[in-house]
Amino acid sequence: MSASSAPAKPRSFALPSHLTLPVLLGAAITLFWIVTALSVDLWPIYDPLDMVARRLMPPSAEHWFGTDALGRDVLTRTLHGARSSLIMSCAVIFFAVSIGSALGAIAGYAGGFIDNAIMRLVDVTLSFPPILLAMAVTAALGPGLENAAIAMIIVWWPAYARLMRGQVLAVKAREHVEAAVAGGAGHARTLIRHILPLCWGPILINATMDFGQVVLLAASLSFIGLGASPPTPEWGSMISEGAIHFYQWWICAGPGLAILSVVLGFNFLGDGLSDYLDPRRS
Amino acid sequence: MTRYIIRRLIAMPFLLLGIITIAFFISHNTRGDPLISIIGERQMENPDVVAAAKARWGLDKSLPEQYAIYVGNLTTGDFGTSLRTKRPVAQDLLDRLPATLELVIAAMLAGSLTGIVLGVIAARFRDSGIDHLARLWALIGSSTPVFWSGLILLYVFSVALGWLPGPGRLNARTLPPETITGFLTIDSLLSGNLQLFRESLYHLILPALVLGWTVMGIVSRLVRVSMLDVLSQDYIVAARARGARELRVLFNHALRNAMIPTLTIIGFTFAYLITGAVLTETIFSWPGIGSYAVDAARNLDYPAIMGVTIVGGMAFLLSNLLTDIAYAFADPRIRLR
Repeated sequence: MSASSAPAKPRSFALPSHLTLPVLLGAAITLFWIVTALSVDLWPIYDPLDMVARRLMPPSAEHWFGTDALGRDVLTRTLHGARSSLIMSCAVIFFAVSIGSALGAIAGYAGGFIDNAIMRLVDVTLSFPPILLAMAVTAALGPGLENAAIAMIIVWWPAYARLMRGQVLAVKAREHVEAAVAGGAGHARTLIRHILPLCWGPILINATMDFGQVVLLAASLSFIGLGASPPTPEWGSMISEGAIHFYQWWICAGPGLAILSVVLGFNFLGDGLSDYLDPRRS
Repeated sequence: MTRYIIRRLIAMPFLLLGIITIAFFISHNTRGDPLISIIGERQMENPDVVAAAKARWGLDKSLPEQYAIYVGNLTTGDFGTSLRTKRPVAQDLLDRLPATLELVIAAMLAGSLTGIVLGVIAARFRDSGIDHLARLWALIGSSTPVFWSGLILLYVFSVALGWLPGPGRLNARTLPPETITGFLTIDSLLSGNLQLFRESLYHLILPALVLGWTVMGIVSRLVRVSMLDVLSQDYIVAARARGARELRVLFNHALRNAMIPTLTIIGFTFAYLITGAVLTETIFSWPGIGSYAVDAARNLDYPAIMGVTIVGGMAFLLSNLLTDIAYAFADPRIRLR
């Protein structure tokens, strides 16, 4: 609410193109990780679960990122880590966006008691520090990737409900909606055909930006020991193994860089997307 | 203005009750049976023991009754007993609060100051290489997992270079100063022990920088935007025309006005600091509430997790309230809503 109160500033300069260097870089990084996640099983690299060399070896020509405490290749495990990270984050974003925008749209369209009930639930859920709520839910459900994902959906849906409600409220007041209602369109038709198609822009931008944050929180939960369990190659739990073998810095270097690059990539992409979909901003 | 604050204040108890209700709901839907951790797996076969334990811990009562008792206990500050430390959760939290506050305040200072300087520089050299570098540096700060940057920096500065001490609030063999405020830096100064002050300060530097880095990104982005706004105004042009020095224009004329929206956002960064503190404390063996939460979650210590979650929610609510009120003061348009 506070952000929307700032007056929209007219653009003082025009970008030559939407494809700036950061956007291209972001697209390249995300594409790399998506392709990796989908095809890493086919790559001619080591097995992520096999002991392939002596344990705790520093980086070398055969093992670029060294080996971990069980003699497994760190680079291989980092590449395989993309799979659990990206699949989980996709699922979290998908369900959070679906549930959040469905409830937000209903709240905004219906108004009154339904609006109040949904939005108070949103307020309360947003009152928790995200990581604490996620930790509490995961601990209650029992550690594991699926439960961590459920916890993160619970953490993330309210943001989308709030966003969608605002969008629906704004679009609902437009004349074409009034015309549709006057023309005899029912509630469902008005909402789905005439309002929702105009609401997706900000949701899409937010989802792209949030993707990196979801990857971060997922890794944090695994780092704490609530997400992936060994021997699954997962970035957060790899870093927590690296923390135990603190003097062998290379064990956590790979997965850390992987997280950083994914988060940066999606941030760049989200920035570009918001410039493209909403040129007035930024 | 008063009406706005009153309206926000009235909503507070309801939000708090909501937080407690959700926490209660979560803790009563745990996968594991809490009875097992109380009486042990073997005794679960014995119906007499189970019945006695249920009566002793109130588990034979209906859910609404249990809820009423839970809320009633909370109002007296009773968060239950930790399964891990076997001490009252409230006592555990109180003991650990100063360590977290010391870290969070230091991080907030470090993050805000560097963020402001970075934002001013980025705005001054808008769209140049410096601007892009400053923004990238800030973005990396908010994109790096603190549990990783903490490890790497600890390795570089403590192991490889030896400039800063390892994890913990003090060296392992140092006796802490007499507890007055619980802030080791302040307590050591109050007791006049400069050696100890230096040691506690050196231990604080690295975790505060790691945690502050996440905040720096947000602050610098905001300062940059509002500085750009201010720098294009007439009175800046007038100041330059009068021949005021560049540094004076930037920090005396422009930053003063650009700071108004920034001050309010510092409360908002609290959310990042809580998240970061949980993980930073774990890496740096910092005996605060964050590492307590992690230990509790790892050991499935439900009363402790719920205690931390409720306290964290309360702190979060309060900081959001203060932020919004500060914002309403700074921006008159908000009061009208």
